[in-house]
Amino acid sequence: MSCWDTIQSYAFRSIGFGERLLPRSDFTLCEQFTLIGSGMLWNVYFGICALLTGFCLAVAVAVAKNDSRAFVRKPAEWFVFLFRGSPLFIQFFFAYFFFLNLKGNYAFFNPFTAAWLGALIVLFLNTAAYSAEIFFGALKSIPKGDVEAADAYGLTGWTRFRRIVFPTMLRLAWPSYTNEAIFLFHATTLVFFSGFPAWQQRGDALYYASYFADKTFNPFVPYPILAFYFILLTLAIIVVFGMVNRRLNRHLPTERHPRLRLRPNLVR
Amino acid sequence: MFAFCQDPSELETLRWLACYLTTGVHFSFYFSFIKVLGILAVTAPVALAFGFLGAMAARSRFIPFSAIGKSYIAIVRGVPDIAFFLFFVIALDQAFEWLRHSYLCPDWEEPIRQGTDFIVCPAAKLPLGSAPEVVHEAYAFGLAVITFSLVFGAFAANVLFGAMRAVPRAQLETAEAYGMSQRQTFRRVLVPQMWVYALPGLSNLWQVLIKATPLLFLLGIEDVVYWARELGGTKTARFSDYPHGDWRMWYFLALLLFYLLMTWGSEKILNRIMLRLTKGQATAGGEAQRKARPA
Repeated sequence: MSCWDTIQSYAFRSIGFGERLLPRSDFTLCEQFTLIGSGMLWNVYFGICALLTGFCLAVAVAVAKNDSRAFVRKPAEWFVFLFRGSPLFIQFFFAYFFFLNLKGNYAFFNPFTAAWLGALIVLFLNTAAYSAEIFFGALKSIPKGDVEAADAYGLTGWTRFRRIVFPTMLRLAWPSYTNEAIFLFHATTLVFFSGFPAWQQRGDALYYASYFADKTFNPFVPYPILAFYFILLTLAIIVVFGMVNRRLNRHLPTERHPRLRLRPNLVR
Repeated sequence: MFAFCQDPSELETLRWLACYLTTGVHFSFYFSFIKVLGILAVTAPVALAFGFLGAMAARSRFIPFSAIGKSYIAIVRGVPDIAFFLFFVIALDQAFEWLRHSYLCPDWEEPIRQGTDFIVCPAAKLPLGSAPEVVHEAYAFGLAVITFSLVFGAFAANVLFGAMRAVPRAQLETAEAYGMSQRQTFRRVLVPQMWVYALPGLSNLWQVLIKATPLLFLLGIEDVVYWARELGGTKTARFSDYPHGDWRMWYFLALLLFYLLMTWGSEKILNRIMLRLTKGQATAGGEAQRKARPA
């Protein structure tokens, strides 16, 4: 089978198109590259969806955490502590069995035990908590003068938030938020190693990488391939977030732009 | 455990639960928490030592040393999360077996990699095929500790490297002016002062390390996750004196609470240590402490 054939039969294997059977012996480099790449589709799906939805919740939680009223602040603080203080791995397990229990009682929860929705919800809440902490820190460090100037112009409430506080917060938080995004994409590899089952062997990149490592007893090929894909993904994130960063800071002289600093992190 | 546990099917809820939670397998479950604490207790100092060596190497003036230190930091930090764990355990295992193989069986003719199999001579197997179960478990545990230490060592090296550079230059120059040698400056001035700069990073790392312990499960160790899955699963009356439905959710809730307690507790303790360390330091925190004290 030529490499092109392999790509045709396995490129979308992870979402259920193409060849049903995974290769079982005589693994070629091409098969490993194609299948692991195919699994990356899941990582990208989880990452992008969780990031977009998590962003909205994170802003709300950060603002709530910055509120002076205790009944608004406390729930936000607890939410952040709950998701930042416990391992994501355990959160996945707990959520899966929780949804499984609910499914037993209400048919509505059927899709929640599948990874595409259940794991996404966990990732969404998790990244929302981590990002909220970043945004909260940024809210705290908004220059006093900016807010005073807004007051002097008579901006209040929603207008002040939308035109002054939010853009400044985003600008200050962006370098850290870039790291959080990278970290989130790395964290998506945990999905199929926790409770969520890979239905019909449709798994993410790490799922296929460990499949190959198990079958060949040779970790030195699949894991570097996986690392290669993740480095590509990380670079793509850095480029996109760098563009946003430039746009957020376009009113400032170039030398005052905060630099994006890559601070890789390990497990969450 | 208790005398009334003879026939569990007749007990009322509270006593039943007391008996249920003190069965033999549950003690294995509780023991696995000790394993988690054990791996934390072993890994943290070893990783700190690795980090210290890495940071010292990275800031060495001797270029090969600094290259080794810097690449150790860069490589380990650059590779994404658990792939490293999965990779490292197999790689370390094979490296040990290969070393023993080349030392113990020099006459072995066949290649080590035969197609998809990794085959060493029986005497080089780690642990030996005849070894008792405990040795197998200890070996797996040891591999996990080394992996954790290597990975977290790189992160600690990065933190300490930054902290060593954060110590004000003037402090080191003063030490030199007093005629201290390079080594004395390092030992007496740099190292005592760097901790206050390193602590925020290190405490963050400690929290991450706590949260990384469930990954032991992926390394094939019978840890808390393994037991929670085992014990929580549905038990029928045929195989167990304590039949129950699917309770895995509750077991994982307990794990969640355990980890929340751990991170909450260590945050409190680390804040205390930070207060102690900032005392008298030329940092904003130290200055604030000085001002807060009544004159």
